[in-house]
Amino acid sequence: MRSQMKRWAVGVVALLGLALAQNVTITYWQYDFKSKVEAVDELIKRFQTANPNIKVVHQTFPYDAYQQKVASAVPAGQGPDVVNLYYGWVPTWVKAGYLQPLPDSLAKTVDGDFISMAQAAKVGGKLYGVPTAVRSLALFYNKDLFKAAGISAPPKTWAEFIEVGKKLTVKQGDRYTQIGYGIAPDGQDHHMVREVLLRQMGGRPYSDDVKKVTYNTPEGLKAFTAYTDWVKQAGIGVPNFFPGNNGYRDGFIAGKIGMIIDGSFAIGTISSGAKFNWGVAELPTERPGARKANFGSFWLHGLTPQATGEKREAAIKFLQFLTSEETQRYWLEKVGELPARKSLIKDPKLSLNPVYGPFVLSLAYAKATPFVDETAQRKVMVDAINRVLLQNANPADSLKQAAAEEQKVLDDFWK
Amino acid sequence: MRLSLARREALWAFAFLLIPLAFFLFIRIWPAFQALWLSLYEWNADPAKRNFVGLEHYQQMLGDKLLRKALANTLLYTLIGVPAQLVLGLGVALLLNSVQRFRDLFRAIYFAPYITPAVAVAWVFSWMLSANFGIVNEILRLLGLPAQPFLQSPQQALLTVTGVIVWQNLGFQVVLFLAGLQNIPREYYEAARIDGAGGWALFRHITLPLLNPVIVFSAVIGTIGFLQLFTQVVNLNFTDQGGPLNSTLTLALYIYQQAFSRFELGYAAAITVLLFVIILLITLVQLRLLSRRVEY
Amino acid sequence: MKRLSALLAYAVLILGSLVMIFPFLWMLLTSLKPFQEIFDLKLFPQSATLDNYRQVILDTQFPRWFFNSLVVAVITTLSVLFFDSLVGYTLAKLRFPGKGIIFVMILSTLMVPTEMLIIPWYVMSAENGWVNTYWGLLFPGLISAFGVFLLRQFFQTLPGDLLDAGRIDGLNEFGVFWRVAFPLVRPALAALGIFTFLGNWNAFLWPLVIVQTAEMRTLPVGVALFSGEAGTAWNLIMAASSLAILPVLLVFLFFQRQIIEGVVLTGVKG
Repeated sequence: MRSQMKRWAVGVVALLGLALAQNVTITYWQYDFKSKVEAVDELIKRFQTANPNIKVVHQTFPYDAYQQKVASAVPAGQGPDVVNLYYGWVPTWVKAGYLQPLPDSLAKTVDGDFISMAQAAKVGGKLYGVPTAVRSLALFYNKDLFKAAGISAPPKTWAEFIEVGKKLTVKQGDRYTQIGYGIAPDGQDHHMVREVLLRQMGGRPYSDDVKKVTYNTPEGLKAFTAYTDWVKQAGIGVPNFFPGNNGYRDGFIAGKIGMIIDGSFAIGTISSGAKFNWGVAELPTERPGARKANFGSFWLHGLTPQATGEKREAAIKFLQFLTSEETQRYWLEKVGELPARKSLIKDPKLSLNPVYGPFVLSLAYAKATPFVDETAQRKVMVDAINRVLLQNANPADSLKQAAAEEQKVLDDFWK
Repeated sequence: MRLSLARREALWAFAFLLIPLAFFLFIRIWPAFQALWLSLYEWNADPAKRNFVGLEHYQQMLGDKLLRKALANTLLYTLIGVPAQLVLGLGVALLLNSVQRFRDLFRAIYFAPYITPAVAVAWVFSWMLSANFGIVNEILRLLGLPAQPFLQSPQQALLTVTGVIVWQNLGFQVVLFLAGLQNIPREYYEAARIDGAGGWALFRHITLPLLNPVIVFSAVIGTIGFLQLFTQVVNLNFTDQGGPLNSTLTLALYIYQQAFSRFELGYAAAITVLLFVIILLITLVQLRLLSRRVEY
Repeated sequence: MKRLSALLAYAVLILGSLVMIFPFLWMLLTSLKPFQEIFDLKLFPQSATLDNYRQVILDTQFPRWFFNSLVVAVITTLSVLFFDSLVGYTLAKLRFPGKGIIFVMILSTLMVPTEMLIIPWYVMSAENGWVNTYWGLLFPGLISAFGVFLLRQFFQTLPGDLLDAGRIDGLNEFGVFWRVAFPLVRPALAALGIFTFLGNWNAFLWPLVIVQTAEMRTLPVGVALFSGEAGTAWNLIMAASSLAILPVLLVFLFFQRQIIEGVVLTGVKG
């Protein structure tokens, strides 16, 4: 009897201790993607073991409406403390008061240990988030189609790219049954003009302070026309060749498209869908050995204004854990996304990997467009391309209009 | 004390309306006023940091070209879509009513589009209308006609989207008009037939006038629906919403983009006020023009 | 002549049926294809599989989402049918001061797009502890201006003498409404039942915002999870959509009977 009471007492004290220790609960939000959800669940387990006084609640929402969910919940104080977001959203979120700046100690870590792309998470000199993983673009190509057309290697220059593209394009009457390049202005291609072709031709899309659009120049026009000529002159592809959202990727998976340019985040979908041999190559350049350029991007973890006091301390601790070397290594293994830390991305095992290699090599020179309003700026470039492709507008006029429109977006943001 | 008949009726009316009116006041009208209020502020997640900007957002609307485009598109959608779905819906309802065999089957089939989820509809249509792989262009080619870009063309996209919506709304219209037809007392037809009236005369002088309340309803609700068009437009061109080149952009989609992609909720609220005023005006005009007292 | 017009009617209906049913069939057929096959450009699956259904049901909390949607759709439909007919009847048949203004006021609530009400609703829900609850999911839909308008239109066509007869029989006003008027607009109630059930069953925006945890999701929110940054699992979307349509079809068939029966009895011959 007595011993039983003692056992009870011990139990109660232990529970009480646990309850007292578990005194901070923070919430983490990300969009719902199976492998990411499972990875974060596991990471939270590890984190809570190391920090028994912090409890992390993990909530996820559909990708398509993720921003809307955040927009509604934070003003009511029911949102996350740590939130996952696309880097291009940071400025609009900061302006609307959905993010708080991170402490200098974290900014120092990012400056020292993360690849330079991570700087895009700064607005007005302050850091608003840290990534676990990063992505770049590369050329996916259908090895079986290449072989059938007698092409032995992926193109190294844009001239080769066009040549290969022509060989792989099959037309019957007025209708394409196969195309060489899956052109998709509203896929990843709108980045091609600003961050890849323009920089390869020696231009720069924006001034250093990101207050001026600087692509309405001869280099800019050359880059823009080079891109639209893939359709207009060379005819190596047509927009919306394959139906559906992201038809360029689906068409590649269906084996009807020879090459696409896509992000490393597409690797999983392509490998689960494609029934043929495919390969990945670094993006072509102007001439062999000429300047390389690539578009890099990332999702990052930020703090909302809801995280204050004790919660803020706990949230920062969790954020540090989510972006630690250990986590990034686990993330690569589990989710297949490339680590954002310099020390990890330099691992030769990664750069030699036939699928990840080209993406990793590209990260060395990839730049993340310093968007101030990603939605609006994306639209400006997509429309500029579509004016030429769908309405036969003069490329010079269309680019000029785009530069003016985007300048207005920048002005509106900085005013 | 005896209440007069009129007083008693009014008391009953207010008793019936008590809960619903409270609901509309607190759940619908009050939040709408809050949205109106927001339009006077620069949005911030923290209510304490919302700066009062007065009518600045309304001024901004005057110079917003995209907004003008969205407004013009929205009106065009409505002008084409509402009459089309009304006439087709009534036609199909009359047809369904006239056949004897397989009624249930036909009714279920014509209702199918209405219950098919918008994402599925959008996906299937982008396949059917595809320039290179679509069955519609296949048929055009067989007939010796040139293939059409449909959703990919800035000139054709709006009409195509309208067509898809009318196709999908047909089930709604049919259910509505079947209910309306059923409410018409049979004796009217019999009396008219004894007087020697033919099919067209019956339709013209009995069906149409007695269906008037339902037609008014269909026109008003259809108009409100088209003026708030959003879901189908988003899904039919998911990666370039409102495109190509803004040719399918609607006011509701523009509001959504301003609010939730750009976090400009104050400006979005201002556009909502504009949309509200437009709908209110059009609805009041419609009610006045279309409604006639039904006399028995 | 009569023969000919009947034949013509069938011809038109059958032709229309093809156009109507095709996307629906496509959805069903796609739901039977493995992912590798969905872009094959063939209508029928090569190796049909129920694996998509297995994945949807077992790998997610689909059954729970199904139940949540059912709860929300059934409760709102019942509430709407009762309250909307009460208000519709009052606005159509009773005389009282302010009637016109009240009608326009209720109607005007239809004109504010839901997108803008979401934040005020959410703040209200947060203050009252309704976030992530069934009440939170269904409160905005409990009474609908749409239904009030629809039923007002139908009640307007009821002959006044029928109601007076009820009054003479000693029914009070509620009795007149409930015993006399309500049963007479059954076709309209059936139509409203279909619309309301369907609208709530498919609602996406508000359920997305008010729900925080996976087990409180409704079907449309759950189905949206199959699309993401790297593409859309169309085979799973189609399987989930097909499953989601099932109860709607049942509801339709049930209420549709109510609409048709009357039509068959009275018959409209053109």
